[in-house]
Amino acid sequence: MYGGGYIQEDKNVKKAKPVEEDPVKLAAFEAKIEAGEKIEPEDWMPFEYRRQLIRMIEQHAHSEVIGSLPEGTWITRAPNFKRKLALVAKVQDEIGHAHLLYNAAETLGKSRNEMINDLLSGKSKYSNVFNYPAKTWADVTVIGFLIDGAAIVNQLINSKGSYGPYCRALERICYEESFHLKQGHEALVALATGTPAQRDMLQDALNRWYKPMIHFFGPPDKTSVHSEKLMKWKVKMASNDDMRNQFLDSYVPKIWELGLSFPDEKLKKNEETGVWGFSDPDWDEFFRVINGDGPCNEERLAVRKWAEENGEWVRKALMKPEEKITIPLS
Amino acid sequence: MKPEQELMLKTADDALILGHRNSEWTGLGPILEEDISFSSMAQDKIGHALAIYKILHNEFGMDVPDKLGFEREIKSMKCCHFTELPTEDYAFALIRHFLFDHASFLRFNALENSSNESLANLSRKVRGELKYHVMHANVWINQLGNGNEDSNSRLQKALDFSMPYALGIFEESPMENELIEKNIFVGEKALKEKWISLISNEIEKAGLKMPELDKLNPVMGGRNGYHTDDLAKLMTEMTEVFKTDVNAEW
Repeated sequence: MYGGGYIQEDKNVKKAKPVEEDPVKLAAFEAKIEAGEKIEPEDWMPFEYRRQLIRMIEQHAHSEVIGSLPEGTWITRAPNFKRKLALVAKVQDEIGHAHLLYNAAETLGKSRNEMINDLLSGKSKYSNVFNYPAKTWADVTVIGFLIDGAAIVNQLINSKGSYGPYCRALERICYEESFHLKQGHEALVALATGTPAQRDMLQDALNRWYKPMIHFFGPPDKTSVHSEKLMKWKVKMASNDDMRNQFLDSYVPKIWELGLSFPDEKLKKNEETGVWGFSDPDWDEFFRVINGDGPCNEERLAVRKWAEENGEWVRKALMKPEEKITIPLS
Repeated sequence: MKPEQELMLKTADDALILGHRNSEWTGLGPILEEDISFSSMAQDKIGHALAIYKILHNEFGMDVPDKLGFEREIKSMKCCHFTELPTEDYAFALIRHFLFDHASFLRFNALENSSNESLANLSRKVRGELKYHVMHANVWINQLGNGNEDSNSRLQKALDFSMPYALGIFEESPMENELIEKNIFVGEKALKEKWISLISNEIEKAGLKMPELDKLNPVMGGRNGYHTDDLAKLMTEMTEVFKTDVNAEW
C-alpha cells in the first residue's frame, strides 16, 4: 500500500504568487521529460514541479505510516502462525515504504521532521481510506486485497513518472506490494470459502469498505481540477476516473467469482465502452472525511502523536549538534 | 514430559510471547527505523517459536504448532515473566530486548552442541539471526546510554527494574541434571554466568551501572506455569479472532 490515488491540494500554498521561471531552463527541463529521461535531485526544476512532487510524495509517505495503524492492531490478534507472520512482515514493509518515500521527498528539500510535523498538525493529508475503522479480521483481508490492489494500480502508473528518486522508490514498493496482494487474496479466499460465520464477516467488511474503495482515487474527473501542466511534466500520470476504472476492471470480477457482492446494484461494466458504472458514492462525505471529520481521523492522528511524543527523548538523545545534516540523493 | 521437550517448550514460549510484545511496536516506534527493527525481530522470534513447536509436533507427538501456540491453557505455558510484561515504554522495550536477546543468543549458541540433533540444527540457523538482534541491542543501548542525561537515566531506571525479571530467564528446570548429563543443554547456571560477564561489559560501555545482583530477588515461576495477569490479557488478545470460530480454518 498505500499511495492514495487522490492527492489533496494544500490550500495555503495554492494562494502563493506564481513563480516566473527562466524560459530557457524550463524548455530544457520539458524537453528532457518529453524525451523520457528522469529528473534527478541535482537537476534544475521549476518551483511548481518541486512543490507538487513534495506534496505528492509526502502524502504517499504519510499514507504508509497511518495505513500501518488499522492493520497493525490486528497483528497481535492474527489467528494463526501463518497469518501472524505474514501480517507483521507486510506491515513492516509498509513502514519501510514510508521510510523510502520520506527519503525521496527529502531529496527535494523538505526534511522528514518537517513532514511529520505537518502530518501531526493536520496541514498534510494522507489517504482518506485510513480514516475508516478496521473492525474485524475480515477488514484486514479486504484492506490487504482491495485497498492494496487499488494502491498498486496507482503506484504502477506513477512509477513511470518523471522524478527519478520517486520512480525508483515506487518500483521497489510495487515489487513488495505484489507479495502483499497475494497474501491478502489468499487470506480473503480462506474466509470466502470458510464457515458461514467467516463468509458473513467478510461480506460485512466488503459492504463497509465499498464506499471508501470507490472514493480511493478521488472525485470524478469532471469535478476535479485538471492540470495539463502536471500531466505534461509527468507528475500526474493518469486521471482519477481512468485509474478507478482500471482497478474495478481487475478486482470486482474476482470478488464476484467468490460469490460475494458489493452493496451497489448499479455497479456494472458497460461492455461496449469498457467503463464501469456505479451509484454516486456521496462525494460530500469524501470531502468531509478528508478534511478531518471521518470516523477515525482523530484516533489515527492521536496514535501517531503518542508515538512521536513518547519517542521524542530518543530522537533528542541521538542528536549530535556537530554532525552536518545532508540531504539524501537516493 | 522428557527433559528436552520441556527445554524446547520454554524456549519456544519465550520466543512467541516476546515476539508478540515486539510486534506491538509496529507503527509506534520512536523513529521509523525502530518500527522496522522491532517488527523484524518480532518475525524472527515468532518464526523461532514456530520452528520449535514443529519439532515438538514431529518428534514428540505433541499438538500441531497452531494449537501449541494459540490453544494452550495458561498454566501449561512455560515462558518467563520477563517476556510477559507489557511495553508502553521504549526504554524498557530496549533494555528487555538487550537482556533477553543476549541470553537467547548464548542459549542457542550452546544448543548448537546439543545431543538432540533437531535442536542443534535449528540453533545454527537461529543463532545467525540472533547475532543481529544482539548487535542491534548493543548499538542502541550504547547510543542512548551515552546520549544525554535524560536518556541515560531512563535506561538506568529500566535496567534496575528489569534485572530481577531477567534473572528469572534462568529459572532451572526440575530435570536440569538430566539435561546436562545427557548433553542436551549446558544448564541454566552455566548460561547465566556467561551472560552476566557479557552484559556487564556492554552495560559499562553504555555508561550504565550494573545492578548488584546479589541483592536482588529473581522473579521466578513462569517455567512452572505461574504467570502474570499480563500474560492472561495477552493470550486473550492473541486468541480473539481464532476463538470466534474454533473449527474454522483461517
